[in-house]
Amino acid sequence: MEYSPIMASPTELREHLVVIGNGMAGCRAVEEVLARDPNRYRVTIFGAEPLVNYNRIMLSPVLAGEKTFDEIVINGADWYADNAITLISGDPVTAIDREARTVTSQAGVTLGYDRLLIATGSDPFIIPVPGRDLPGVISFRDMKDVDHMLAAAARGGSAVVIGGGLLGLEAAHGLSLRGMKVTVLHIMPTLMERQLDEAAGWLLKQALEARGQTVLTGADTAAILGDSHVTGVALKDGTEIAADLVVMAVGIRPCTALARAAGLEVGRGIKVDDHMVTSDPRVLAVGECVEHDGQVYGLVAPLWDMCRALADGLTDAHSGYRPSATSTKLKVAGLDVFSAGDFSGGDGAEDIVLRDAARGIYKRVVVRGDRIVGAVLYGDTADGNWYFDLLKRQEDVADIRDALIFGQAFASGGGQADPKAAVAALSDDAEICGCNGVTKGKVVACIAGGAHSVDAVRGTCKASASCGSCTNIVESLLALTLGEGAVEAGPKTMCKCTSFGHDDVRREIVAQGMRSIPEVMQKLHWSTPDGCSSCRPALNYYLLCALPGEYKDDQQSRFVNERMHANIQKDGTYSVVPRMWGGLTNPRELRAIADVVEKYDAPMVKVTGGQRLDIFGIKKEDLPAVWADLNAAGMVSGHAYGKSLRTVKTCVGSEWCRFGTQDSTGFGVKIERATWGSWMPHKFKIAVSGCPRNCAEATIKDFGVVCVDSGYECHVGGNGGIKVRATDLLCKVATEAEAMEMCAAFIQLYREEARYLERTAPWIERVGLAYVQSRLLPDAEARAELAARFFHSQSFSQDDPWAARVEGAEREMHAPMARFTPVPPVPALEEMA
Amino acid sequence: MIGDWLDIGWVDEIPVRGSRTVQVEGGDDIAVFRTGEGKVFALLDRCPHKHGRLSQGIVHGGAVACPLHNWRISLATGEALGEDRGCTPVVPVKLSGGRVLICRAATLKAAA
Ligand code: SRM
Ligand SMILES: Cc1cc2nc3c(=O)[nH]c(=O)nc-3n(C[C@H](O)[C@H](O)[C@H](O)COP(=O)(O)OP(=O)(O)OC[C@H]3O[C@@H](n4cnc5c(N)ncnc54)[C@H](O)[C@@H]3O)c2cc1C
Ligand code: SF4
Ligand code: FES
Repeated sequence: MEYSPIMASPTELREHLVVIGNGMAGCRAVEEVLARDPNRYRVTIFGAEPLVNYNRIMLSPVLAGEKTFDEIVINGADWYADNAITLISGDPVTAIDREARTVTSQAGVTLGYDRLLIATGSDPFIIPVPGRDLPGVISFRDMKDVDHMLAAAARGGSAVVIGGGLLGLEAAHGLSLRGMKVTVLHIMPTLMERQLDEAAGWLLKQALEARGQTVLTGADTAAILGDSHVTGVALKDGTEIAADLVVMAVGIRPCTALARAAGLEVGRGIKVDDHMVTSDPRVLAVGECVEHDGQVYGLVAPLWDMCRALADGLTDAHSGYRPSATSTKLKVAGLDVFSAGDFSGGDGAEDIVLRDAARGIYKRVVVRGDRIVGAVLYGDTADGNWYFDLLKRQEDVADIRDALIFGQAFASGGGQADPKAAVAALSDDAEICGCNGVTKGKVVACIAGGAHSVDAVRGTCKASASCGSCTNIVESLLALTLGEGAVEAGPKTMCKCTSFGHDDVRREIVAQGMRSIPEVMQKLHWSTPDGCSSCRPALNYYLLCALPGEYKDDQQSRFVNERMHANIQKDGTYSVVPRMWGGLTNPRELRAIADVVEKYDAPMVKVTGGQRLDIFGIKKEDLPAVWADLNAAGMVSGHAYGKSLRTVKTCVGSEWCRFGTQDSTGFGVKIERATWGSWMPHKFKIAVSGCPRNCAEATIKDFGVVCVDSGYECHVGGNGGIKVRATDLLCKVATEAEAMEMCAAFIQLYREEARYLERTAPWIERVGLAYVQSRLLPDAEARAELAARFFHSQSFSQDDPWAARVEGAEREMHAPMARFTPVPPVPALEEMA
Repeated sequence: MIGDWLDIGWVDEIPVRGSRTVQVEGGDDIAVFRTGEGKVFALLDRCPHKHGRLSQGIVHGGAVACPLHNWRISLATGEALGEDRGCTPVVPVKLSGGRVLICRAATLKAAA
């Protein structure tokens, strides 16, 4: 620490401006004041760091080895000298006396001020876990932290970065470039969730993993391990990760202690008005330490605006600060990520989405009322500033809207703003389909040769048959070549979010080995950020079916009944239907049901059309307790209203009935025990009748068995319901075991090939009985493989979801977040424990 | 401040693309939603169509699909989207240091 105390000379009539904080905002404010009136103030700056004013945001490139400290200095020693600014560095201010109008530093210097500017920035937030004070646990805020990281990296070993936001990822990148083995822990499900939507967050995670980092999302830190130095990090789920260095980058808090102690008004930050004046008119504040209009800040752009307003105020111009939108870029070489404004959509907002899987590009522009309100760009951020500019200027984009997503070059091309005109203007050699190398000339020739739909084009010249991103161009070419009216509609798309049909999506999931919903949406160019209530449940099912035991079910993509394992009723209560194997029950179960009905005051209990008992009027909060009682009596979840096996209806059969030919009851129970819990494209019902009198109505079930003297007739594709369809006879087999295998193989074929929400009846009408028979009958090996795949998948899905919930899983689905009892005038709020 | 806003808990307690409820004695629940982008919204837990529990629906983009008949309701305005017409009262929300606060007056009014 070096300084010579400044004594105001008697002739020094200028007011004394003292600045606390030698960082980005403090020095910029001084620059702005000097630019307006270089002679008005005498300036002294205190800085806690023993350095001159440098560009904090460039610490990341310094860590990554792309810049040196000298290259990131904003104002060197000569600046202070040239402007007669006194810099007192390496000596933090420890007290402000507003009455005496003085500040005192740690080293004991007391200086008087006429105006005081507080620009103390932020403190990194340290999560309050055991071990946080161990040597080797640091934050990422200043040059000292960077030096610490460089020293650790020189020793090698592994680092854990806690926090998958901008700062954390930049730290992780730098450390990994410097040779450390890096694990990023992020508590949220996707990275940088405050700047990026899920799709972009997913792409980013993939890219970081491809670069060798380990990224754990949904990772909640429980403790930092080590005795004399950090050795690792423990997560709440019990995982332990070894580490020689832990970087905490979970957020920042405005640095307000000094201001608070001085009695200034402080909320989350130091409260300032539009001219950056605090509750004391002689004291101003600027930068990350302030709270303006309820907002605090963590990026530099708004701070520059604050500095301008502040300097205007200090030099009597009084422009006033108005917050505006901000944009972010991740400073990791080779990973282009940009986000700006508000991308939450909401009222009247429309998303324009472009996904190019082959080039790893995702772009999303959010438009409301012909104005851009937000943008997220991944992979190609060249147009980020253009979108941001349109956003800030509130430009009307109605005229360029259709071409907006293609970027500035395309959208501003005057007459080319109409995408169809742009396609028309392409030369015959222009490549339309990058995947299959098809030119415009070839596509047009193939349309002229009779391909009058997108599908026909895909079938003939392969354009848009692979990744599908050129589908819209092919559609334009069809319309241009044939005229709008003559284009034939292709098969129905899954929903408005995609141009693909169900079959295409299923095929590509398997062919490309896709593993998650965001991955499917990216690779297949979804036009919405996170799908809709039609496609999400379908994708969840397709992935579940393709990756038994591996795919992690997405609860939020399930319809309420499958999420709650009970059936929602019109008044918001639920009905509960415990499974009754084959329609059989016993006194213990009946007693448990009776007890539940009484205990929870259920208004109704009824025998269903599926041979079981349905208890009505249960509140969502009571469901786990009801299930606990039913579980205790040995009953499991009914999957009562899921797209899954419902019931196996049986009749009394040979055991009691004078006409019975086989043990239909016993076999029904066996089938239900083998098939329950399986997720299907739609609900699935089975029945076993003991003789052709068919009391179990097996011939209107998805799979029905009619027992006869010589064996078992297997019937498929029946449906009661809206449009009654009697079953087709699939085959007749001699033994129970063969009938069971047939049932499993049939279910698996249906699970793998039917479209979501297509029951077996319409599916068989579509593909034909002959096709189903060809897959199940002639080739015993193929049939056995189908059955084996079914049972493999069953080995993961036959868990009782009720039991898990009773144990406390997903408690949040059942308990309210808070309870509020209004007792005016004194409010009382009782929170749930 | 305390009088105007009700602190109902940590934002992390609401599942992403999901929702939680706040029980209001003597009135309908308030449904508090968190979107894929982490934005938080609150609506009366009652669909303008036939009073379905919106908290139990599928959240996508900035909307929720009602579990009863699949109307889509905007989380920001409570308006039914698409062809459907109707509106559910909105309860203003703000986030502060990871806590979710909902507007007391609107809660009382909505639930009245
Ligand atoms: C509870 C039950 C009625 C009863 O009290 O008996 C019932 C109740 C419902 N049925 Fe059913 N069905 C019930 C047996 C049937 C049967 C008879 C059967 O299974 O043998 C049929 C005709 C057979 C069939 O499915 O082929 C049947 C054909 C339907 C249909 C028409 C299906 C179709 O493919 O056309 C629907 C609508 C749908 O699924 O989209 C439906 C839908 C419904 C839903 C789930 C509507 C809904 O989504 O909320 C009803 C729930 C009412 C409620 O508020 O709880 N329910 N439903 C029966 C439950 C059986 C069980 O134990 O699981
Ligand atoms: C690694 C990193 C990367 C970043 N990347 C970006 C980016 O890409 N884009 C972006 O917009 N923003 C980025 N930021 C954020 C940006 O750096 C901050 O918004 C900005 O620095 C805030 O300026 P400030 O003046 O308020 O605080 P600071 O720059 O932190 O300055 C405050 C100064 O005050 C000093 N001080 C504190 N208390 C006292 C005291 N009592 N006495 C004397 N001095 C004191 C501190 O030591 C500090 O030097 C990044 C930040 C970091 C750490
Ligand atoms: S027949 Fe109609 S009203 Fe009766 S339970 Fe089935 S869906 Fe409901
Ligand atoms: S009650 Fe919500 S859609 Fe009918």
